[in-house]
Amino acid sequence: MTDAQLTFEDFTPGRRFDFAERTLTADEIIAFAREFDPQPMHLDEEAGRTSILGGLAASGWHTSAVMMRMLYEAYIRGSTSEGSPGVDAMEWKRPVLAGDTLGGHCEVLDARVSRSRPEIGIVRMRATVTNQRGETVALCEYINMMRLAEKGADHAHG
Amino acid sequence: MRMAELYAFGEAVEIGSLTFTAEDIIRFARNFDPQPFHLDAELARHALFGGLCASGWHSSAGWMKCFVPFWTGECRRLAAEGIAPPKLGPSPGFTNLRWLKPVFAGDTITYSVTLTASRELASRPGRLINTILCAGRNQNGEPVIRFESTVLEFV
Repeated sequence: MTDAQLTFEDFTPGRRFDFAERTLTADEIIAFAREFDPQPMHLDEEAGRTSILGGLAASGWHTSAVMMRMLYEAYIRGSTSEGSPGVDAMEWKRPVLAGDTLGGHCEVLDARVSRSRPEIGIVRMRATVTNQRGETVALCEYINMMRLAEKGADHAHG
Repeated sequence: MRMAELYAFGEAVEIGSLTFTAEDIIRFARNFDPQPFHLDAELARHALFGGLCASGWHSSAGWMKCFVPFWTGECRRLAAEGIAPPKLGPSPGFTNLRWLKPVFAGDTITYSVTLTASRELASRPGRLINTILCAGRNQNGEPVIRFESTVLEFV
C-alpha cells in the first residue's frame, strides 16, 4: 500500500480493490450470534446441520460486518471516507459456514460530487464476497462518501 | 397461522429498543469498522457525522438483536393461545437500506417491523415470500434507519 491517501478523485468507474482472505471460526460465529442473532443455526453445530443452511452458519449480519472489515482493510483505511448513507442491495446468496475462508473484491460503479456538499463525493460501489471454492456468498451495492482532495483540506469548521 | 393473518399490512409493530453506549459502539467498530468516527469522540467531532456514532452495520444488527427475542415471544404467546405460529425461514438479504441519521453514543433506538406484502411462490407451493419494512427511531422520534427485507414462510 502506498502512503498517498485515496481521495474522491481516485474512485474512477471500474477501479477494483481486492480483499485479504479471512477464515471465519465457529467461535466468532457463535460470539456474534449470541450478541445479535441468537437463532439455533448460528449458535449450535448440530442445529446448523439439520437446518436449511447445512451447518453452523454465520448470521447474514455477521457476514455483512466481516465484509465491512474487508472493505476497511482493502481501501477505506487509506482514504478520505466520511462513511455511508446506505446500501442499495445486500444479497446473502449462500450460507457462510464455520471454517469458510472469505475473500473477494469491490469495484467502483460510478462517482459524482455531492450537490449540497461540494467537498464530498458520492461513490457507488459493488462488493463481491466469495468463499474458498470461489462461490459468491454475498453481493452488496452500497454508497461511500469520500472527501475531495481539493476542497477537503479547509473543511475543519464546515 | 400465517404472517398475513397475524399482522395488518402497513401497520408498524414495535419490536424493542436498544441503547448504544460508547463502549458498545467502540467494541463493534474495533472488530468490524474501525473508522475514526466510530472509535474516537475527539476525531469524530471533525468528521461529517459530528460525533462518536455507531457503525451503520451495528445499528442494522441492532434490528436483528431486537427481532429475535420479539419473535420468540410472539411464538410463545401464540402457542399459549393454542395457535400454531408462522414458520419462518432464512432471509435472502435486504434492499434500500438508509442510515438516515447517525446513531450517537447514548442514543436509544426503538425498532419496528411492518408487513407490506405476502405472496405465494408459484414455483414452490407451500412457500410464501413476505416483504417487510424494518425501521428504527431515536429517543427524539427521528428516523435513523430503514430497510426492506423479505422473509420466507412455510405453510
